[in-house]
Amino acid sequence: MENSAAIEQAPVRTKKKKKSFFQKVNENKTYLLFVLPGTLFLIIFFYIPVFANIVAFQNFQYSEKGFLWSLLTSPFVGFKNFEFFFKSADFMLVLRNTVGYSLTFLLLNFFFAIFFGIVMSQLRNHRALRVYQTSMLFPYFLSWAILAYFVYAFLSTDKGIINHWITGGGGTAIDFYNAPQFWPFIIIFMGVWKGIGYNSILYFATASGIDPSYYDAAMIDGANKWQQIRNVTLPHIMPVATLMLILNIGGIFRSDFGLFYLLPRTSGTLINVTQTFDTYIYRALTTTNDIGMSTAAGLVQSVVGAALIIITNLIVRKRQPDAALF
Amino acid sequence: MRKKRHITSEEIRKFSYGTNVFFNIFLALFAISCVAPFLFIVVLSLTKESDITLYGYQFWPKHWSFGAYEYLGSMGGQLMTSLGVTLFVTIVGTIINSTFVSTYAYAISRPNFHFARFFTVFALISMLFTPGMVPTYLVVTKMLNLSDNIWALILPMSFSVWNVLIMRTFFKTSVPEAIIESARMDGASEFRTFRSIVVPLAVPGIATISLFTTLGYWNDWFNALLYTSSSNIIPLQYLLVKIQNNIQILSQQAAQGGAAQIASQLPTESMQFAVVVVATLPIALTYPFFQKYFVKGMTIGGVKG
Repeated sequence: MENSAAIEQAPVRTKKKKKSFFQKVNENKTYLLFVLPGTLFLIIFFYIPVFANIVAFQNFQYSEKGFLWSLLTSPFVGFKNFEFFFKSADFMLVLRNTVGYSLTFLLLNFFFAIFFGIVMSQLRNHRALRVYQTSMLFPYFLSWAILAYFVYAFLSTDKGIINHWITGGGGTAIDFYNAPQFWPFIIIFMGVWKGIGYNSILYFATASGIDPSYYDAAMIDGANKWQQIRNVTLPHIMPVATLMLILNIGGIFRSDFGLFYLLPRTSGTLINVTQTFDTYIYRALTTTNDIGMSTAAGLVQSVVGAALIIITNLIVRKRQPDAALF
Repeated sequence: MRKKRHITSEEIRKFSYGTNVFFNIFLALFAISCVAPFLFIVVLSLTKESDITLYGYQFWPKHWSFGAYEYLGSMGGQLMTSLGVTLFVTIVGTIINSTFVSTYAYAISRPNFHFARFFTVFALISMLFTPGMVPTYLVVTKMLNLSDNIWALILPMSFSVWNVLIMRTFFKTSVPEAIIESARMDGASEFRTFRSIVVPLAVPGIATISLFTTLGYWNDWFNALLYTSSSNIIPLQYLLVKIQNNIQILSQQAAQGGAAQIASQLPTESMQFAVVVVATLPIALTYPFFQKYFVKGMTIGGVKG
């Protein structure tokens, strides 16, 4: 779009004398005023923080002369902060948990979103469908701060409904908040459950938009329901699915902070199965106040994330150009 | 005749009647699992405190009580403060975000804005790379000096590139170039054109991004976790996080008021669930009406530019 705009303007510009930069600024001053607040935001909350990542290579010392001055004058220590992070026992744990959970979520969200999307698109009763969809979206709109209480009402050791059933049946209560073996399942279940309503919308919309004549043709060829889904519905959904996959692969080194930090009610015994990059960085910052090392961990996370997006996009652009992101 | 043909062809895609019943039951059960936990929380907030101590959390208690809400209402205190903080942050934040997002998106959607391409890329880069929690924390606390300041809850979310993309698509597709052109012919300034012609046409788009933003602010506890310590700027969601660790926070103010005796009798168990209900109810009651805007925003956002 921007390209075509430039082309449209080109002949006009060649007629007149070439304008200086300041003339252009002057002519566009209202638009420049329009982008000013957003630009300031991006500078303060994106570009300066990105630059501030150099503290990962520093022994950061805050000086009274201000933040930017401290950034420029703190002594550089090379890759020491990274070494410290990579050599710590936490690194392998955090890497295993973050990537393990992310891949599980990637596959399960992908599967369930497509499954629910297709099922909903083939349902006969529209009014019931709307009720299902609205209900399924509800958890998506709630924060983990709230959902942590939902979980607690079920899992609390002395009062939770699950232990109520267990003890009622003669069993002994399970101390869920000190039993790490259950948490991978709880976390994965809750993460998938929260997102299904939202994730399936896109596939539902895509599947509903497929021209019915494709199904007509498939039926004339004698395809049963399953064959229709496999040969008509799925191929139509694939471009959207690929796009979602690229977007999500970039997030493999990231985790949903609230899910991992709030759901276990910050229980120390669960740390082995709930510590991810994000909770680790937060804890390193707030408990040990190790700015250099926590920034280094964050930088690893961001660089890998950006690299993954670029690489997957390159691959997709080669194989399926119209599904690529950029 | 044509209409009938259309209906039959739509039918083709659908399940057979038997399969349809099966998947209806399946979806209904899943839908119930999404709503039931909240109803359970509502029940718990209305359960008599002694019932909870005796029998634990139950789907259907023996004794009902409004005690938790009465205490929360009469004590005022922390809950009211937090509700006020959340409302302030949500309203001010949403106004700032939707205003600045709209102006930014409008400018970069205009073919006659000479720097449109530069500012599009300038914003898009931020979607590829995350600056990270710690550098952002340093900027907010050390550069802007906003620790324990209510603006630390507003400013970090006061602009959103994702919203810019939605609005840019909206301006390009829903505001006809001819109308903007004719306004300019009539001698309206760029600013006037935007305010009196473009904004009224873009109301559905602005509603969509405002809803995303409102929800974001209402549900935010992370910025509060990072930047606040005083109790008078704790938003509702962060209050819930704090109650998790220390249920007494709700009764502390009553105790300070010289009513330590009352504080020990407070229905703290049902009160925590009552706070959950207060934080959830506004969303539960309004989102079904705004759902279509969310769905729209999501599908618009998916359009690449």
